Amino acid sequence: MSGQTLLHIDGHLVRVKAGSSVAAALRVAGGMGVARTSVTGQPRAPFCGMGVCQECRVLIDGRRRLACQAVCAEGMRVETSG
Amino acid sequence: MTAMALEHCDLLIVGAGPAGMAAAVAAAPSGASIAVIDDNPAPGGQIWRDGPGASLPVAARTWRDALERHSNIRVCSGTRVVAAPARNELLLEDAERGWRMQWNKLILCTGARELLLPFPGWTLPGVTGAGGLQALIKAGLPVEGERIVVAGSGPLLLAAAATVRAAGAKVVRVAEQASFAAVAGFAASLLRWPGKAIQAVTLADGQYRTSSRIVSAHGGAQVESVRLLQGDREVEIACERVACGFGLTPNTQLGRMLGCALATADGGAQALAVDALQATSLPGIYAAGECTGFGGSERALVQGTIAGHAAVGNERAAKPHEAERARWNAFAARLHRSFALGPAIRQMPQPGTLVCRCEDVPFSALADCSGWTDAKLHRRCGMGACQGRVCGDAAQFLFGWTPPAPRPPLSPARIATLAGLAGHEDVDRQ
Repeated sequence: MSGQTLLHIDGHLVRVKAGSSVAAALRVAGGMGVARTSVTGQPRAPFCGMGVCQECRVLIDGRRRLACQAVCAEGMRVETSG
Repeated sequence: MTAMALEHCDLLIVGAGPAGMAAAVAAAPSGASIAVIDDNPAPGGQIWRDGPGASLPVAARTWRDALERHSNIRVCSGTRVVAAPARNELLLEDAERGWRMQWNKLILCTGARELLLPFPGWTLPGVTGAGGLQALIKAGLPVEGERIVVAGSGPLLLAAAATVRAAGAKVVRVAEQASFAAVAGFAASLLRWPGKAIQAVTLADGQYRTSSRIVSAHGGAQVESVRLLQGDREVEIACERVACGFGLTPNTQLGRMLGCALATADGGAQALAVDALQATSLPGIYAAGECTGFGGSERALVQGTIAGHAAVGNERAAKPHEAERARWNAFAARLHRSFALGPAIRQMPQPGTLVCRCEDVPFSALADCSGWTDAKLHRRCGMGACQGRVCGDAAQFLFGWTPPAPRPPLSPARIATLAGLAGHEDVDRQ
């Protein structure tokens, strides 16, 4: 678990500690790590932290996954709906 | 029909937390082929979650090493259960593929999730679960320099505060809803479980307040402050994060979908019913750990050990562990008595407070519903991506509604995986 990982979040390059979750990377990218916009337009960030609430769902390399349960990989492309 | 891989194992264990790890290690000497699946990136469960922000205790490493030593144990991390398409078979999915797994014996070690209860402002970015924040930090979430309020009930609040502090954030308040008398009684009782007493001492916190609960979180785009009721005094505290934990709820979804009977555990939660050998009401299916009731990792380890032995027919090896299980069951009972949620916690949501975070359904829209099904059909409560896991628990606590047994898919799944269910039923339901 040494070194760093470089990934893209909504087109921006973000550098995180190797082994970090995508949820952590969202926070590094800015704000409190907003992952999605709710059905009434509210910003939502990782909440339960353990794969239950689905608030942190994002597109990772085109697949819908939970940011809190996905580990960052070099060159990964993450898209939030925010 | 989509061609989908079909795999087989003698013993399938769902969940790689303490219970699942102990079950696999106990069963391994039998030579059975064992598969352990878990939806997190690495084994350890919530308590022994690994990551760049985690420092794993020795016990966690020991159990992980033990898992790796046995060539007949295969661990599938990042894997979720989607459905149970046929008898003795589960449909699984990871980041890459979906596949069917057949088993002869099954042990459910699905753990518990946090009870997350609505209060004004709980949807603001910066509000998380208490155990949830621990998990996020262990997985690398940077919180250095942040001011954090921890609120809710139970020893998990102190554990969360310790994690937060170790990560370089400032704990500005720990608000425990239980009374001083209840907490002091619990602390005194820990003499019966010396290991726990030592843990408690190491977690002591100068910002700890009893008879205190959250009123609301405030902020524009994110949390800026929180209002607390401390005794009968309301205070406002500036902070960037609020971590809330009101206890744990057993994860019974998979067990319920399979048809396992439930029982009322200590503290009133519905948990998977098990007998002395950790067997559920269904033949060949066992359950261990917090899906049978919240009680900590020591209880989960010993239950897992018993279930692992029992599942491979070695009931004699299970027997000597019963006394230790009884000891930790007593601890669990004491914990639930001390931190039972008071009636004031039910008063937290205001009419405009969202209860269902997926469909943004406010408390006021649910007040006149007759039950869970009514709320679901007419207000869309529980119809979103979390499938009612968050709002269902909240509604059960707030209104006493019992959600019906879950239906597949158990978790959101890709179409390609769900295609594995198509045309399958007629073959296997014979």
